[in-house]
Amino acid sequence: MMASVLVIAVHLAFALAVTPLLIGVMRTVRARLEGRVGGGVLQPWRDVIKLFGKEPVRAPGSSPVLVWAPLLLMASSLVLVALIPLVSTLPLASVPGDLFVVVSVLLLGTVALAMLGLESGTAFGGMGSSRHMMFTALVEPTVLLSIYALSVPVGTSALAAIVRGRRDDLSLLLNPVSILAIAALVVVVIAETGRLPVDNPSTHLELTMVHEAMILESGGRDLGWLEFGSWLRLTGLLGLAVNLAVPWGLASDATALALIIGTATTTVKLLLVGAALAAVEVFIAKLRLFRVPELLAGSFVLAFLSVSASYLVF
Amino acid sequence: MNLVDVGLQATIGLAAVAILAATVLRGRARNVLAGLAVAGSGLAAATTGLAALTGLAGTGLWLPVALPGVAVDPLVLAPDRLGGFFMLLAGLVIALAAIFGIGYAHGAAASRTGWTGFALFAIGVELVPAAQDVLSFALAWELMALGSTVLLLADHASRAAVREATLWYAVMTQLSFLLLLAGFGVLVAADGGTSFARVVGIGEPVASLAFGLLVAGFATKAGLVPVHVWLPRAHPEAPSHASAAMSAAMVKMGVYGILLVTLRLLPYGPSWWALVLVFIGAISALYGILQASVQSDLKRLLAYSTTENVGLIVTAIGAGLMLRQAGQNAVADIALVAALLLAISHAAFKTVLFLGAGAVLHATGERDLDALGGLASRMPITSLTFGVGALGAAALPVTSGFVAEWVLLQALIHADARSDRLLAVVIPITMGVVALTIGLGLLTFVKASGVGFLARPRTPQAAAAREVGFTERLAMLAAAGLTIGLGLIPGPLSQLLAGAVGARGLATSGWTGLELAGLDAVMLDPVALTALTTVMLAGVLVVNGIAARRHPRREVDLAWGCGGERTSARMEYNATSYSEPLARVFGASLQTRRSVEISHPDDAPLLVSEMAFSQETVDLIEQKVYEPAARWTQRFGDLARRLQNGSIHRYLGFSFAALLLVLILVTR
Repeated sequence: MMASVLVIAVHLAFALAVTPLLIGVMRTVRARLEGRVGGGVLQPWRDVIKLFGKEPVRAPGSSPVLVWAPLLLMASSLVLVALIPLVSTLPLASVPGDLFVVVSVLLLGTVALAMLGLESGTAFGGMGSSRHMMFTALVEPTVLLSIYALSVPVGTSALAAIVRGRRDDLSLLLNPVSILAIAALVVVVIAETGRLPVDNPSTHLELTMVHEAMILESGGRDLGWLEFGSWLRLTGLLGLAVNLAVPWGLASDATALALIIGTATTTVKLLLVGAALAAVEVFIAKLRLFRVPELLAGSFVLAFLSVSASYLVF
Repeated sequence: MNLVDVGLQATIGLAAVAILAATVLRGRARNVLAGLAVAGSGLAAATTGLAALTGLAGTGLWLPVALPGVAVDPLVLAPDRLGGFFMLLAGLVIALAAIFGIGYAHGAAASRTGWTGFALFAIGVELVPAAQDVLSFALAWELMALGSTVLLLADHASRAAVREATLWYAVMTQLSFLLLLAGFGVLVAADGGTSFARVVGIGEPVASLAFGLLVAGFATKAGLVPVHVWLPRAHPEAPSHASAAMSAAMVKMGVYGILLVTLRLLPYGPSWWALVLVFIGAISALYGILQASVQSDLKRLLAYSTTENVGLIVTAIGAGLMLRQAGQNAVADIALVAALLLAISHAAFKTVLFLGAGAVLHATGERDLDALGGLASRMPITSLTFGVGALGAAALPVTSGFVAEWVLLQALIHADARSDRLLAVVIPITMGVVALTIGLGLLTFVKASGVGFLARPRTPQAAAAREVGFTERLAMLAAAGLTIGLGLIPGPLSQLLAGAVGARGLATSGWTGLELAGLDAVMLDPVALTALTTVMLAGVLVVNGIAARRHPRREVDLAWGCGGERTSARMEYNATSYSEPLARVFGASLQTRRSVEISHPDDAPLLVSEMAFSQETVDLIEQKVYEPAARWTQRFGDLARRLQNGSIHRYLGFSFAALLLVLILVTR
């Protein structure tokens, strides 16, 4: 029990500290590759602090969703990073980081965002919400099937156990099942966190927005929570994908040394992958909205193949 | 006499009191007393069911009958454990619907006929699972059909759609009954008695024939594809407390029937039976949720979602049977328990949702989502409970819907598909279908609650909405409480349900958590998950509170007007536009008929004065199967009419020919 509390605390501290840094690094890499100077790696921190120092507004007749959706998104993101094996692969007492639980916590945040988009009552909010939910619906089968494929050899859907199993047995790592499933999962991460080519996080054109359209009408600390919550989702999902692909260095017991090593390795992994993702994003453009389902269908096929292969391989 | 016997008598007695109250009293008193009596009957049935579910066996109610020349076993009402579960479920739903009906029923639904119909329907639904022989089963089944048809007809005088819907419903429900009669007839002929206890060891091909007929009959009642067509017509047109009871309780009787056939009457069927169930279940789930996602009529959306949920339940049953045949009993047990969990969670959240839709209809006179909006601040209790129901329907934590789908998914991923080629194909496809269903369900219910309750009112009716009365709020709150409450105690709940399908390998972990001891001790503790979330939320709230003290929220006019005038409510995204991208992506199976009418001013034909857009979704199965079938029937009828041209000579000729034929046959 104590170990679980410690692990959750470390996960939270890690995610809260590293997330703005990750976003900062990704933006800086992108800026440099585009020949701009950029705001520096600390800019996300400054943004958040600025937003928390501003007053939010509400329109007459707005419902409690306006106030509560940002808080719920943040809380769900915090639960998400607590349950995903980011730093340690210790099984948590009472709340095992079970795949289905993790996905549904993620979906809670998604729903909070989508409701907020509808609450604003503008065409853009509803549009973003509608598109976002469509992506979510189409991504769902891929998430479950790809992790199912990875869970077949381990025999459990607990994410920590899957990561541990992959670290202990190299043959689980280097085979078609694993590669197909990770490839499918990367598409999922991109779609769920609204990165290119599914959604452009730095767009200013409302008609193409997905994520930004939903939060268009929020301001002040509401916006702060929304931004931070969405970034945490990126950390959580990217961290999960990275740790599934490269499962070494994570703490397998709750000692200080192991946790420090785990934190350091995951930070390095995340920042490297984040930088790589940002670098790739420079060279690709956003897909047309109705081409995205094709991408997602493709990732579903990968996940399905991976499941079928897992029956043959293991 | 034990609790089961007393409960059965109370169930019937209180329903009789309800009929009496409905006949004798009038006005408000009729609503109150008849409603309370039906609710009491429901609670009595629920208690009886609970007692039977825990394994208490009563002598039940017996009625010996004798028909000359036919061997008929006595009529017996004595629920077994499986029947007890469905009695519990039906009783709870009926009780909630009746309480809602006290405040809600008006016009024809509050008439003598309306409440009598409801009481008959209630008694039918409550007694179907208690029946232990073919005759009492059929009697209760027809009582249920009759009562619901009467209820459905309530508003026939004011709306033509009601008459059409009732016709569809009556035809489909009688089709279901005919199939069941034929199926039971096959069983009775093979065994020589009408009692369920006599049905043992029936060989092929008789068993498969009976299975086919019975499952077809039960599927029609359960609203599975392709015999779902009555649901999206009947549910929207019935009074809302009746549609809640029909969708949450009556449809489950089809599920009960399928379980009765596959677990009790014909337990050792060939493997293709399970495959058939998985197939129709998966198709229904996917088709149902796809159709639901593009509906803008709230009650029609809920009706299609019922098809989806029943599809998931039947998929779980099929998967359970398939795994049992493959010898993986531990996993099979979990899948069957998942089916029951899905059934009871659907009963809970669908009751909330239909009652909520009824409340909205009562307050605004609208059930078209495109005409609603902004209800959250006008009807806070309805919005809150509808939101809880939507969470349940979208299978999000910590509702009972989430727990049920979690158990189903655990059963699927723990199935050892490597040992069996059929499983290796079926399991991943089923998993993909379930996952896609969850995803689309999420979109559907975000749409239903977001478009209906948030943003600004789209019409004056929505703007003038007022919160509904006390009994309506009470019923909705109770049903919402059930949706969450059942989700918080999955351990004890599943252990209780396990008895109904003879499942092992479930345990309670912690206080109320569920541990699937049969499957590597996987566990789910919703209370712990809720506690963790609460701690996180508390932290967020503290930070938020500090920030709020420094910079309080300000209410401003034109908050989001981009510096200009606020946009009109007509520009909001509505339900039709919300699902438009999805309709495009799934264009092959979700066809829509659209019409755009543009009118021009007389003097300037190039300018546009008004535009009207309307969209209608097309049920492909209805269009491709039922309409041709109806055309063929019509054509056949036309042909038959030629035989009867009204000429007396022709009729005399027919009589003469018939006489000749008889004489020839007799003298041979």
